[in-house]
Parts: sequence; C-alpha cells; structure tokens
Amino acid sequence: MSEILEVEQQSWTDSQSTEQESFLRSLDPRARVVASVIFSVTVVSLNNLAVLTVALFFAIALMMSARMPASKTLKRMAAMDGFIIFMLVMLPFTMKGEAMFHVFGFAASWEGLWKAIAIALKANAAVLSLMALVGSMESVTFGHALHRLKVPTNLVHLLLFTVRYIEVLHEEYQRLRNAMKTRGFRPRNSWHTYQSFGYLIGMMLVRALERSERILKAMKCRGFAGHIPMLNDFQFQTRDLFFILFFAGVLVSLVLLEVFNALSY
Amino acid sequence: MHIVDGALSTEVLIGGAAITTVGLGLGLKKLNIENIPTAGVLSASFFIASLIHVPLGPSSVHLILSGLAGLVLGWAAFPALFVGLLLQAVFFGFGGLTVLGVNAVNIALPAVIVYFICRRGVLSENRTVAALWGAFGGGLAIALTTVFVAISLALTGDEFFEAVKLVLFAHVPVMIIEGVLSGMAVLLIHRVKPDLFQVATRAV
Repeated sequence: MSEILEVEQQSWTDSQSTEQESFLRSLDPRARVVASVIFSVTVVSLNNLAVLTVALFFAIALMMSARMPASKTLKRMAAMDGFIIFMLVMLPFTMKGEAMFHVFGFAASWEGLWKAIAIALKANAAVLSLMALVGSMESVTFGHALHRLKVPTNLVHLLLFTVRYIEVLHEEYQRLRNAMKTRGFRPRNSWHTYQSFGYLIGMMLVRALERSERILKAMKCRGFAGHIPMLNDFQFQTRDLFFILFFAGVLVSLVLLEVFNALSY
Repeated sequence: MHIVDGALSTEVLIGGAAITTVGLGLGLKKLNIENIPTAGVLSASFFIASLIHVPLGPSSVHLILSGLAGLVLGWAAFPALFVGLLLQAVFFGFGGLTVLGVNAVNIALPAVIVYFICRRGVLSENRTVAALWGAFGGGLAIALTTVFVAISLALTGDEFFEAVKLVLFAHVPVMIIEGVLSGMAVLLIHRVKPDLFQVATRAV
C-alpha cells in the first residue's frame, strides 16, 4: 500500500534535492503546522507598522532556516492576485483621511497609505512563514501531520490523493499540449483557441475519471477498505519543545511590542 | 481570486471559516471508499487546470473552472476545491491561512450552487442544450465568486468599495472565457464520456 503514498519529488517543492540538514526541517511536522497557524493569526491581529516589519523579518529568518531558495520563495511571497495589488494601490485614494497629495483632483490619504502598507506587510509575513514552516515539508508528510492533528480522515485522504496525482496529471497535460503543438496549435485570441482549450480540459477530465476507475480497481485488488495507513510516526522531541518555547517567546514579544506602542501614542 | 491575509476584518474571517466548516462537513459526508479516488483525481485535474493560462486580449488569464468542478463533483466540489486552495496557500503562497475559510466560501460555494442550478441542464440528451447549460454554469460560478469577493471586502470596510466596483467590471471578460471553455468541455465530455456527469449523483 505504501507505494500509493510515495509521492515522487513534487516539482514545486523541490524539497528532496535541496534537503540539507536544517534545524527547521528536522522538527516535528505537527509542531510546524500548529506554529504556522498561530503565527498567521497573530500577525493579522497586529497593526503597528514597525512591529509588522519585525514580524516580516522573523518570517524571512524562518525561510532562511528552512534553507529555501531565497529569490524564488520571495518572488512567490510577493506574487499576489492582480486585483489585490490594484486594491492596495487604490486604498490611499478610497480611504478618507488627511490628504497626502492629489492626482487629477483625487486626494490620496496618509491613512489609506498606512493601511495598504500594513496589509502588504501582514500578507507577506503570514504567507512567507507558512511556506517556510509547512511548504518546506513533503506534501505527504503534511497530510500525515494533518491526520495526527485530528483533521477528518476523509479530508486527509482527499488531500493525499490530490497531491499524489497532481504530478501525474501535470505530465498528462503536458502530453496533450505537446500533441496540440505538433499539430501547429498556437494560443491566440480566437474562437478556435477557446474551443481547443475547452476540449483539452474536457479530455483531461475524461482521462482523469478513467484513471481513477483503474486506481480504485487496483486498490481493491490490494485489499483497500477505505483506510490508508499513515506510516509516518512523528515524535515530539526536546528540540521541538525548545522550538515551541522560542516561537511562543517571539510571538509574545511581538504582541507586547504592539501593546506598548499602542500605549505610547 | 485569492484574498490575502490581513485585508479582511476578524468578523468576516470568522464568518468565512464557519461557513467553510459547514460546507466541508456536508461535502465530506458525500465521500466514501468508492468515490474518494475519483474526487481526488478530479481535484488534482482542477488544480492543474488552474495553472493553464488562456490568452485574453493583450494579456492572459488563469482558469478557475469552479463551475465545471461543481457540475462534475456536486457537493464534493467543496472539499475538493478547499484542498486545492490549501495546497496553493502552503506550496505556492497564494492567499493565506487565516483567509482560507473566506477564500473557500468565495470559490467553492459558487461551484455547489452551480451544481444545483445547472445539473439537470447539463444532463440533457441534446448536446447543444447541455453545452449551453455548461457555459452558463461556468460563467455563473465566476460571477458569483466575484460577487462574494466583493461582499467580503465590502463587509470589511467602505474604503474598499470603489475598488470592488472596478473589480466586478474587470472580471466580466473572465466570466465569458470561463463560460465558453466550460461549455466546450461539457460538449466534449458529452461526446466522449457522458458518465462523467453521473459522478456527482453517484456520490450520494
């Protein structure tokens, strides 16, 4: 059964190839998942820009400790949906407050600017810490950690199947795209392009369904009865305790900084 | 259309998380030994489909295809799209953990709504009718997602209101593209493997 869980190196985590001994990666995955949840909640509840900047630097330190490729990870961190960026740029103009400057008669407010910066800092710190703490894990390990943290079994199974087949289906997608390319297909703004992409997606779904039927049959042959054994056995060790204490210390300091700053205003 | 951490008010975040918990509960009930592999493989296909960039004017858009996911998976689309969002947040850095609930509501709930509105139409014997319902469902899912995103932002504060209005209009072309592609996909599925639309019904 274990071959079902054995995920090849996922192209987007590139964990195995760069996996060196790093303190963060050697920690109990459960501790890392819980730490990232608590960090995200703490960061979004902070408001002081200086404190948020400290939080962002802490997240960068986490990233470095996880030995993640810096430029790639930071690019991913900063990539936001176009509409979010647009919304942040608009904020100084849409939020009422003391005018900073005028563009075509529209006043840009300081309040809006500070708010936009605060959101950007929070979003980046939260997402970077998430990628450093959890994203540096094998995706299967992540599923097992969720299982041990009492996430419903059905959801964990669904997640494990999904990560197992993402790579397979990506290859299938590449094959279909290559087949289209060899027939001279080039995406343009044309009805033909949209029709071809629609058929491509339809075909991917058809093949996926047929594949899943074969998978189920194969699994049943091997005695699948709705239960996937979670082979990873996590051990909470002394270093995990140290990490948790250190992490809690950082979070408490961030909150205290925020509170003291609020008092001094 | 992922909202990022830190943009929304606590009330909206808690509301989103609560609705997502209910949606996940209902969706997971539909999953059993027989259909978890199907749901998993389809969930992976939708994850891959979301990486496809389709040309639109001088730029390109990436697909969501939540309407199609709803049509194929029914209630199970909720956990399937939730898993996709979770993986995107953790490994790609799209969205975030505290907004996961809100993002799941914004993207997965429209999928389930589309399922209930368009399911009968897509099952039609007539291929063209089915494809038109598929196209309508594909466009509707994006329209609902945009409205839900707008509501999440509007509930947070007035300062987002102007931006939200523009975002609504900016997404009209995306709705059309998603609609056309979903319609075409339904057309092909009808020709090749009409059983695909029985997956959701079997999932009961």
